[in-house]
Amino acid sequence: MPPPRTTPQRAKALRHRLAELRGPDVPAKALDARALAALAANPGCSRRALLDGAGVNKAALASALGAPSAFGQSQFALTRGNAFEVRVKADGGAELLRLVREKLDPGAEPPERTYAPDLTASGPEGRTARTALALREAVEAGGWTLLDHPMLALDVAGSPAFLEPDAVVVHPDGSWTVVEIKSFPMLDGSADPAKVGAAARQAAVYVLALEEVAARLDPAPEVRHRVLLVCPKDFSNLPAASAVDIRKQRAVTARQLARLTRIEEIAAGLPEGTCFSPELPAEQLTAAVEAVPATYAPECLAACELAFHCRDRSRTAGAVTSLGRAVRAELGGLTTVEDVLAAARGESGDPDDPAVAALRRAAALRAEALAEAAESRSGELRGAACP
Amino acid sequence: MSLITSLARLEAVATGRAQPAATVRHRHLSQRPLVLVPLTTAGEAGAPLGALVGTDRDAPRLLVVPQPRDRDLRFAFLADLADIVLPYIEGYAEAVEAAERTETDPETGKRVKVEVELCADAPQLIVPSRAGIEFVRLLGRSMRFRRTAEQEPDTPYPAPPRVPLLGRWLTHYGERARVPGSALLLAATELLSRHWATGQSGLEDQHLGALLAWIDPPEGSSGAAAAREAELARDGDGQLLCPPAGPATDPAFDNKLLAPAIERYDRARTALAAAEDGLEADSRLGALTRAEEEIRGLVARVTLPTWDRVWRGLDLLRELPEGSRVEERWTRDRWSFTGHRDRVLAGEPPQPRRDDAVTAANKLAAREREQARLEAQEALDDPLVMAGRRLAGEAFAGEVTDVTMAYSEGKRPSPRPLVTVRTDDRPHLAERAKVYRSLGGRPQAAEFVGYADEDGERDADGAVVVLRIVDKMGRGKEPEEGSVPVKGDRVCFTLFEHEQRGGAKLPDPEDTPWTHGGPPGEPVTEAADPLTEEDVL
Repeated sequence: MPPPRTTPQRAKALRHRLAELRGPDVPAKALDARALAALAANPGCSRRALLDGAGVNKAALASALGAPSAFGQSQFALTRGNAFEVRVKADGGAELLRLVREKLDPGAEPPERTYAPDLTASGPEGRTARTALALREAVEAGGWTLLDHPMLALDVAGSPAFLEPDAVVVHPDGSWTVVEIKSFPMLDGSADPAKVGAAARQAAVYVLALEEVAARLDPAPEVRHRVLLVCPKDFSNLPAASAVDIRKQRAVTARQLARLTRIEEIAAGLPEGTCFSPELPAEQLTAAVEAVPATYAPECLAACELAFHCRDRSRTAGAVTSLGRAVRAELGGLTTVEDVLAAARGESGDPDDPAVAALRRAAALRAEALAEAAESRSGELRGAACP
Repeated sequence: MSLITSLARLEAVATGRAQPAATVRHRHLSQRPLVLVPLTTAGEAGAPLGALVGTDRDAPRLLVVPQPRDRDLRFAFLADLADIVLPYIEGYAEAVEAAERTETDPETGKRVKVEVELCADAPQLIVPSRAGIEFVRLLGRSMRFRRTAEQEPDTPYPAPPRVPLLGRWLTHYGERARVPGSALLLAATELLSRHWATGQSGLEDQHLGALLAWIDPPEGSSGAAAAREAELARDGDGQLLCPPAGPATDPAFDNKLLAPAIERYDRARTALAAAEDGLEADSRLGALTRAEEEIRGLVARVTLPTWDRVWRGLDLLRELPEGSRVEERWTRDRWSFTGHRDRVLAGEPPQPRRDDAVTAANKLAAREREQARLEAQEALDDPLVMAGRRLAGEAFAGEVTDVTMAYSEGKRPSPRPLVTVRTDDRPHLAERAKVYRSLGGRPQAAEFVGYADEDGERDADGAVVVLRIVDKMGRGKEPEEGSVPVKGDRVCFTLFEHEQRGGAKLPDPEDTPWTHGGPPGEPVTEAADPLTEEDVL
């Protein structure tokens, strides 16, 4: 079921509320690739949903909380990534369009001229409108069009998130393709699956956003569910491209977006005057962050700037999830380290509970094995001492 | 992860120290391993920044590429690396022992035994982390197709002579590291997390500093606090006190220290090239050397802590006694090493970019077989691993309560004694299931007959299992001494086999069926990666 559409008044009230949460004069941070990855990694986390939805700069917040994130980008990687992207898009995107045609649309006529409309406008809203206009014009004009860094809007948990794909290509038949340019290498035709997966999830979000734009046109153009991933070939700087089917990632993301806890509801549950401005003192910020429940799992460390803070909290609370979701899964209703160890020692817990029974057996078997090993080792030592 | 390991992790949380996840060492450790701590440049594939390498923990060799984007400097680095690694590897190629191998005679098609050489020991490479293993593979791939000036005098940018050979060896080591239980190329984090359970998640265990902090926390500190310190603590300059184990560097290090240093180096080099007379060149050469020394200092600063940690990890691992079947797996590694040595000596071309269908299928089958072998052998070597299998119902241990002699029917009756075992475990025994126990290192098979409890059922507290021993009792009518357990013995039977049988034989590559692409045809020499002038790399 699609989320109910927000009425203009409510949308305005929400925007106002989110701006309050962000703090006075703090600009909203656009939803970037990392936030999208975090969305996929941990859709049930209210804290992340609210902070991302409100456009809070989580890296600054984490530093203010005293648990700075370890994320950062090396300028070498940045330079290399940018240089590669410029190279791929050189000559008005001639090479890029050639790759799109070769990999995705070999039946179409080869691009004779490359058309890359100017997409500059003021503010994300302006750029989004400009992009939508350029897309419509491109469909009407026919032929190949390259949109370099367009701006798209997507409704995430009741607030618009602005997204900037590397490029979108309009085919002569009017269909649209998302292009992702990455600087990890495609070595002998294959790339790191984890990185390709992340790129596919990211592209899926762009496809969803493009579909919203397409739905407003009549007839609605097709948004292709195969995106083009462009990477450096082997150890060179030449582009190698591959079509990536993102139907699965698209379906998963669409589902997660639809069931995201509504930011409105989370925001409504917060005490009056809650604010996440990094300029506030740490105790006040900690209290504000604690007011929003989080669901921490170790996977967060790779995806969320606030993860170290949440991990400290999770460990202090003795939550077993801080050891991994799999550990949590096999322990049934026991959620804290103390409970589990007490149950394993036989001090608490219902012995008829299968999880408790398994735990006690595991503890007994472990103790037996360790005792056996210790015995055999001391036996060896004795044997060595008196031959 | 089994419940027993999870429990160990929880105990680690409670005690503040890592808990044993194994009671013996499950991997062979060479007396003289070669430790390699590589660093790479962020965003570039196969552009090493430097490395610490060597077999002597007190005297690592530091190799540095002052400008990683300069092809000549990269080649110089690889040539230096080859000068250290190849003599180490070749040092093991000479000492051989005679061994036998079964081969198919090409004329008669019969399986015959042939006398072959087997290297008496093999070189072992240790890197800090899983990413280090991947980097070894990547280095191997980037080097093995390079052409030297001797091979192709006309190609621009020839590689230094020994670089392609190093590429082939690193490729072999990287490929071997994918075989479960192999020990030619090992990552310190994987070794340590195999033997200890920390109070953090498996993801966090990939940080060598944090992992060691749990296993061996500094005096007066808990594992959790020490691990947090290792992960996050920074000095006044914003630099991590415990730099990442690589090959990736910390972005703060890149941006704040390395990039300015490389820029100074570039400037010094440009200035030297523009020098007009000898005197000026001399002083500018001095500036260039200083700039290079600065970068060397930076690379040493972030690799030395990792170098020390890898050796510290090896010390800790050596304190564990080696599992009794580890030697057997190491012999397989020696065969692997000998095989590649022979291929190099025979002048075979480097490993192809992609395997043909038969080779790929063989590799996969071998990895599956080795995985099963590793699981069985680790359980047999280590009561703690066996405990996990017992918990899972894949093995059971108990006391023999009764032995009844019985014989098979037929012309020559053979002993088929019935053994009753009282166990607290709950094995998942199907009707007539085969079970195995280790008898003098060899597996003895038995057949499940039934439960001997009063109601013929097993209950929550375990079971009384009746087994029929079926082999390893000698040829006579009476079983050989010690081949049948007696009343009161402690026995442990497994539901899994101890030794792995090979699967069905695959066809020769020339007979690849058309479903799998057909015969690969004449081997073609793989072309080197094209080098273009405008490549950044």
